[in-house]
This record gives sequence, structure tokens and C-alpha cells, in this order.
Amino acid sequence: MVIEQRWKRWVYFYIPLTVFIIGTLFPFYWMLITAIRPDAELYRSWRAATNTPFWTLHPTLAHVQDLLARTTFPRWLWNTFFIAIVSTGISLVCGLLAGYALARLRFPMAGALGTSIFVTYLVPPTLLFIPLADIIRDFHLGNTPWALILTYPTFLIPFCTWLMMGYFKTIPKELEECARIDGATRFGAMVRIIFPIAIPGILSAGIFAFTLSWNEFIYALIFLSSPERKTVPVGVVSELIRGDIYFWGQLMAGALLGSIPVALVYSFFVEYYVTGLTGSVKG
Amino acid sequence: MAQVVLKDLNKKFDEVHAVKDVNLHIRDKEFMVLVGPSGCGKSTTLRMVAGLEEITSGEIHIGDRLVNDLPPKDRDIAMVFQNYALYPHMTVYDNMAFGLKMRKFPKPEIETRVKEAATLLGIQELLKRKPRQLSGGQRQRVAVGRAIVRHPQVFLFDEPLSNLDAKLRVQMRVELKRLHNRLETTAIYVTHDQVEAMTLGDRVVVMKDGLVHQVGEPMELYSKPRNKFVAGFIGSPAMNFIDTTISDASGILYAETAGLRVRVPAERAPRLAAYKGQAVTLGIRPEDLQEATGSDPQDLVFETLVEVVEPLGSEILLDTRVGNQTVVARVDPTVRTKHHQKIRLAFIPDRIHFFDNKTDEAVA
Repeated sequence: MVIEQRWKRWVYFYIPLTVFIIGTLFPFYWMLITAIRPDAELYRSWRAATNTPFWTLHPTLAHVQDLLARTTFPRWLWNTFFIAIVSTGISLVCGLLAGYALARLRFPMAGALGTSIFVTYLVPPTLLFIPLADIIRDFHLGNTPWALILTYPTFLIPFCTWLMMGYFKTIPKELEECARIDGATRFGAMVRIIFPIAIPGILSAGIFAFTLSWNEFIYALIFLSSPERKTVPVGVVSELIRGDIYFWGQLMAGALLGSIPVALVYSFFVEYYVTGLTGSVKG
Repeated sequence: MAQVVLKDLNKKFDEVHAVKDVNLHIRDKEFMVLVGPSGCGKSTTLRMVAGLEEITSGEIHIGDRLVNDLPPKDRDIAMVFQNYALYPHMTVYDNMAFGLKMRKFPKPEIETRVKEAATLLGIQELLKRKPRQLSGGQRQRVAVGRAIVRHPQVFLFDEPLSNLDAKLRVQMRVELKRLHNRLETTAIYVTHDQVEAMTLGDRVVVMKDGLVHQVGEPMELYSKPRNKFVAGFIGSPAMNFIDTTISDASGILYAETAGLRVRVPAERAPRLAAYKGQAVTLGIRPEDLQEATGSDPQDLVFETLVEVVEPLGSEILLDTRVGNQTVVARVDPTVRTKHHQKIRLAFIPDRIHFFDNKTDEAVA
């Protein structure tokens, strides 16, 4: 009995889990190992007798130093951070209010409006950038952070709206009805009762929006041109691949440093994040 | 402190006419219960009084103010919800103080009032807890406490006891009644439970399909139901309805059906004379049927076959069969009978009800 359970646990749980974890974490390991591998090892033949593809005997921080000192990487980090924070802020405010309205207020065409907001999220950026490029040019925003701060909400607001709408619907409406009887206006009830309860939802929408803008590539590639204006994903790819030369060490160091802020954000808020996606309070 | 008057109140949701021409005058300090099956419009009516639903047509007055267009916060009411609606992110104290804070009461005053209400309800020890740390009964008390600290003109209760278990419900029912006697505030209470309605209400409104069927004191509804719906809804076990035909034998009216022939009491005869030869529904409450003794007049006695015996201790319920109709009798615990036995039951004549089959109205 016990023995049978044990092999079942291995077959159905431990082995698949191990495979999954290795599959997920290996790219990060590869990134790390490449970033700290000296050039001599990086550009060595695969068939060389001394080749050690999965580890390195001479770890070095040369690539990281190179990246920080000889490229505009710190600048890219700041650009990405600034753009992600501001566009997330804008999208959260709009998404909160729109999500509340769609979840709670009864007004004509509410359903149609909700659906159409969602549909805009489905329009691929690869198509949307064409008209957007026109608008950015007309407003002379090209090659400024505002080009991205104003275009990222085109996909962030629908996303936040839908996430918040779903979350608001799980909060019993009696709570705000009671607040309104207790002396609050509808807006007051929303701000004092509903928003505090919705904090897990707001945080997970914020984290998601932040990650989406942090990782965004296409708009950043198209709307920004000078190297010091670029974001991390675009900067790393466009400045560290010159012609057909890949600066693998710097590339991987850039990717590694670029993913640290997102990883930090997730690890801090993971609890909220889970409750945010799975529902809210009972009574 | 305030009367509540509803005039020709109507509510229409897209297709559904949920509340139809409701007229009610709820007196100052009265405990008024709205009762009816689900979907009868009782909750909608209450929500209109609260200002949570818009009024399609009609008027609502609280005190001497017309409140149709006032937002809920300006109506000076407090409401207790079925799911309690306690603010989960606030402590019990903050929950109770919220309404006073919103109204900008000074802090010491808030504290006095919350402490006072907490003492009244026996929840002083819970003031620092969050709602999720409370049991169902405690949450219920906090919800009531939050309503009473405000000293509103009217209390609104929307099925506040439905989420409690049976024993606690009976206990809270008594407490609510005691609280009302003490606070003397007008209260409107919605429930689908007729026992709650009867025990709590100074007066009871029976509703169905958006219409008010009868308004009256509990015992009045019980003894003089205006129509078949009220008769069947109030009382448990429900009133027996027996399909009968009115016949005339040398000037005396009888209600007849297979296996049963009962004389119509003389004072009811004039009204029922019009139904001669027609079908009417005879209504009799289970406790108004007793085991026949030798002294009962023969034209009030009938013989039935006992199908099920349910001894409850203080009384026995008998499910019996008359012709093809079932009749329930509530008899003394001293009655000895078994299923498949025959028993003779006697009507208490002045407790017999008659209902018109077309209109369902009582034939008084």
C-alpha cells in the first residue's frame, strides 16, 4: 500500500515536476553561465578537448563591467523603468475606474463596451504599430519616452480593465450598498470600501502591466532610434549584435540584469498575485 | 421616530414587473414584516425604501419627507443584509464606527456610541477583531450593531437570519424582538420564513408576484386570511384545502365531497347560498380538526384513513385520506392510532374557511 503510493508519487509528481523545473530554469542558468564565461571559453570550438559547455572554470565579471561601463546599459535600465512605471500607473488608474464601471454600473451598451475593450486587446501590436507610428509622428513624439508611455496603455488598459472587472465582480455588492447607506457617496464607497478590498487584484494587475511594458519589444524598436533612448530589450539586441557579431557575454549579462527587477517584483508580491487571480473575500 | 409611507409603488425591470402598486403605511415605531415566496418583490420593495433601487413610479415618504430622489446616505436609515456585508478590511470597531465617521461625528461620541451598542449586543470583546475571525452569529450581531449605532429613523432588515443555523436563528429572533422593544425604532423586515414573520412582526405584509395580498397583525392573518394564498402560506403545517360542492338539504347548506359531508355554520350560510351547486374550496387548519367524541354533532364529523403518523411529542400530526384528498390533522398526544387505521375527526365549525374557486378570495 505505502510502497505503491510512493512509486505513484514519483511517476505522477516528482519526475514531471523535475522535468518541468529543469525546462524552466535551464535558460536562466545558461544565461548566467554565459555571462560569466571568459571570451576564450565562449568562442572556443565545441569539439575542443577542454570544452565544458555546462560550467566554467574561470568565472569573470568582465562582461558585466563592459556592459555597465562601455555601453549605455544603465541608461536603458532607467528608460525602461521610467516608461514601465508611468505607463503602468496610467493604465491602472484607467483600468480601475473602467473595470469598476463595467462591473457595477448599469448603463446602456455596457456589455458591448466591455467586449469592445477586450477586442482591442486582441489586435496584434504587429498590426497596430503602423497606424500608431503615424500618430506618434504627427505629435512629434518619435524618439521620446512619451511615444511608449502613451502607446503601451493601448494594450495595458484593456488588460487592467478586464482583470479588475473580474475582480470587482467577486466582491459582494452589498458591501458598497451598505457603505452608501452608512453615509458614503458611490464614489466614496468605491474608494473607501471596494479599492482597499481589491488591493490583491490591483497589485496583480499592476505587476502584470509592469512586466508587459518592461518586456515590450516591437513598439520600443520602432518608436525609439537613438541608442541612449532605448529600453533594455531593444538596446541589448540592437547594440550588442553588430552585423553578424554576437557579443554573447554582454548580451547575456544584459538579459540577466534586465530580468532581475521583474523577478524581484514577482517575488515580493507573489502572495497577493495569487489571491488576485483566484478571487477575493468571503463576507 | 418616523413613519414610512409607500404610495402606488411600482418597479419594473426590463421585462419583469417586480412590484405592483404597493400601498403601505408603516407606523412610527412599528415592526413591519414583508413576507412571501422568493421573487415576490419583498426585497425589491425594501431596496427601494433604502434607495438602492430606482423607483419606476410611485412615492416613498420617510417621516414627512418625500425620499424618491434622495441618495441612500441622506435617507437616515440603516440596513442589515443577509450576508452581513461587514467590511472585511476593517475591525469590528471600525465597521461599527464607519457610518458615524462618514457623518463626521466627534471621536468621543463615536466611541461612546460604539461601546454602548457593543454592550447591548454582548460583543465588547470582539471590537478589535476582523470579521473573518468571527462566527456566523457574531457577525450577525456586528451587522446589527453597525445599524443601531447610527440611531437611524428606520431599520431595514433583508433576511438577516437566513444564513444562521436553526438554533441560532431562533435565539437571534428573540434578541431582535427584544432589541426592537427597547430601541422603539420603526423597522421593516423582509423574510421568506412565515414563522419569523409571525413572531417578529407587529404587522405582517404578505406578498406574492409583486402584489400585496394582505396586511394585518399576525393573528389576524392566521385566523382571517383574505385569500387562499395567504391561508396556505401562513401556518405550518399548512391549511388543508378540500375541494367540495355546496349542496342544499331542506334549507341547510352542506359542503360535500366523496367521504365527507359537513354542515355550513349558520352564520356563514347567507354568503355561501350564492354558491349552491357550485364547487368551493373548504379550508381547515390541522389543529382545527380534533378526534371526534360522542358529543360532537354528526354533521361535523367525518371518517378518514390514517396514512402516516408523525408524533412530535407535544402533539401528533396525522396524514389522512378523505376520498382522493389528503387531510392533515394535528391532534392531542393522547390520541392512540396507527397507520391504516380509521379515525373519526370533527371540525371546529367556526374555524372553517371557504374560498371562491375562481378568484381564490375568502368567502366571509
